[in-house]
Amino acid sequence: MSARLVPAARDAAGRRPDVPLRITVDGEPVAGVAGQTIAGVLLASGRRTWRSGPSGAPRGVFCGIGACFDCLVTVNGVRDVRACRRRARDGDTVATQSRGEDAR
Amino acid sequence: MSRLVVVVGAGPAGLGAAAGALRAGADVTLVDASEHPGGQYHRMLPGAFAAAHPGRLHHGWRGFERLRDHVLRHPRCDWWPESTVWSLERPGEGAPVVHVLRGEADAAGRERLVLRPDALVLAPGAHDRVLPFPGWELPGVYTAGAAQALAKGERLVVGDPVLIAGSGPFLLPVAASLIEAGATVLEVLEANPAATAARGWGRRPWELAPDAGKAGELAGYALLLARHRVPYRTGRAVIEARGDGRVEEAVTARLRPDWSVVPGTERTVPVDALCVSHGFSPQLELPVAAGCALTRTPGGAFTEVDADQRTTAPGVYAAGEITGIGGAPAARTEGLLAGWIAGGGDPRAREAAALSRRRDRARAFAARLAAAHPIGAAWPGWLREETVVCRCEETTYGSLRRAAGDQASGSARAVKLGTRAGLGPCQARVCGPTVAELLSGRVPGANPHHRPIAQPIRLGELASPPTENTPKPDRKESAR
Ligand SMILES: Cc1cc2nc3c(=O)[nH]c(=O)nc-3n(C[C@H](O)[C@H](O)[C@H](O)COP(=O)(O)OP(=O)(O)OC[C@H]3O[C@@H](n4cnc5c(N)ncnc54)[C@H](O)[C@@H]3O)c2cc1C
Ligand code: FES
Repeated sequence: MSARLVPAARDAAGRRPDVPLRITVDGEPVAGVAGQTIAGVLLASGRRTWRSGPSGAPRGVFCGIGACFDCLVTVNGVRDVRACRRRARDGDTVATQSRGEDAR
Repeated sequence: MSRLVVVVGAGPAGLGAAAGALRAGADVTLVDASEHPGGQYHRMLPGAFAAAHPGRLHHGWRGFERLRDHVLRHPRCDWWPESTVWSLERPGEGAPVVHVLRGEADAAGRERLVLRPDALVLAPGAHDRVLPFPGWELPGVYTAGAAQALAKGERLVVGDPVLIAGSGPFLLPVAASLIEAGATVLEVLEANPAATAARGWGRRPWELAPDAGKAGELAGYALLLARHRVPYRTGRAVIEARGDGRVEEAVTARLRPDWSVVPGTERTVPVDALCVSHGFSPQLELPVAAGCALTRTPGGAFTEVDADQRTTAPGVYAAGEITGIGGAPAARTEGLLAGWIAGGGDPRAREAAALSRRRDRARAFAARLAAAHPIGAAWPGWLREETVVCRCEETTYGSLRRAAGDQASGSARAVKLGTRAGLGPCQARVCGPTVAELLSGRVPGANPHHRPIAQPIRLGELASPPTENTPKPDRKESAR
């Protein structure tokens, strides 16, 4: 089994029923829930990797709090957004990045 | 005109600092990069979840809500969420000028704001420290903090089944959160042998009594683990992660007290996710930018503070994990004291004396924690020539060693330029302490926390003129 969202109906925190949202990742539609970060949407949709390091090795989330910069994506045309820190919005266009073409 | 205290970070330490400064009569601007206060400990759920019982995921939630509401609703407090301090500028005298970017995380065109406080309290917290091991860069290997942040902050389990490994009491709440969220936790591995932990915790037991809250919290986690039959093993570590493009199995092994591997004790465990933490690294770029001296301890560098939480930089105070790893109650107490003094409160006031005593006990607790969960010196024995040390630049252990050997008379800087270790997007946040440790004794060191730009700013934002902080209309006369 992979990463998943705790079902709202069984969430001890008493979440209300999920409000769905939709983003695209490299053109493909991906379903998420309002409140998730972009990293959360990607992980819950079964993706683990969306960036590659200098050698092409795959990367996704590592630190989850904005310290490691492993999770960088392009959001609505803006590069180098930390997916773990950015709340997903309905209609966001996300593109994956590779380190080879990083701006730095 | 009353004093303006700017507090950076709204975790336990920063919220405490804001409350302390308000109590002393100061105006407060509380700045945090997140959308909500609470920091790492009281990480709030997103508003869109409209959770009816957020407190069920937390310890001390009521107290947090009280403190939060008191601070955020206070007429003398300005709360700035989604506001990142990207630079501190040292004027000739007085507290630093604070440069802020306000807007969605890493967005383009965020608003640039400037604050000129009379006193600055820094409370930016820490992030997990993870020692490298072969395969740690594989997707599916997370910091324990990542698993915690995702479970508490957006109700996501990073995988199932999960193995948790590393060192420190923090592994327990992470296991508890994952179990609560419905994941199978295979085992929790503490690298230190039971004897080391027992020595740290068992010495001078009377010191623990005032921290009964924290001790009780930890005991609760231990019970939960027992109830779910999750083994907690000491003297054992993950020394390798394997898999094709993602983690598929973890190799665990028994360790000696110095963390060298006992040959022949290796075991392979199939996992979906691996969560690792060997302690915490304080976020020191802001204290360093402010000109604060650091103290070196066996557990790493921290911001040096005096008995009143004053740093060595004029007008700058520090609280929470950047002064030592002591947990949330310690952070809050330090914050209350720092805020009170920064706000102009009398250090000899009765309340301040009581806070100092509590803070001293909290520091004793932190020292114990460090003694119970040290990092064993022989850990580099896990590394192979080809093991990645710097994740961003994929600098290997072998290339780092060769560069250090070639440049025996050179500097850490030359090694870094040669190998690119620490020069990638994370700016050595992850590998800095590790590289410094691996090079120590070989080449003269450099400060791994020196980052003039504390958080990324885009060129377009840099080019646009900043706005001076505009005071709240209802208290113009008291603000500046
Ligand atoms: C990911 C993670 C999860 C944790 N979870 C737990 C847990 O469940 N239980 C536990 O006992 N301990 C936990 N800890 C340990 C935790 O660090 C302490 O217990 C406690 O939260 C420390 O309080 P603090 O106020 O010093 O820092 P924090 O709580 O880390 O608060 C620091 C705040 O400063 C803000 N900040 C940092 N830099 C800037 C900047 N440049 N500009 C603006 N704002 C900034 C951050 O957004 C953050 O809100 C966790 C640590 C981490 C890293
Ligand atoms: S996962 Fe580390 S910055 Fe996002």
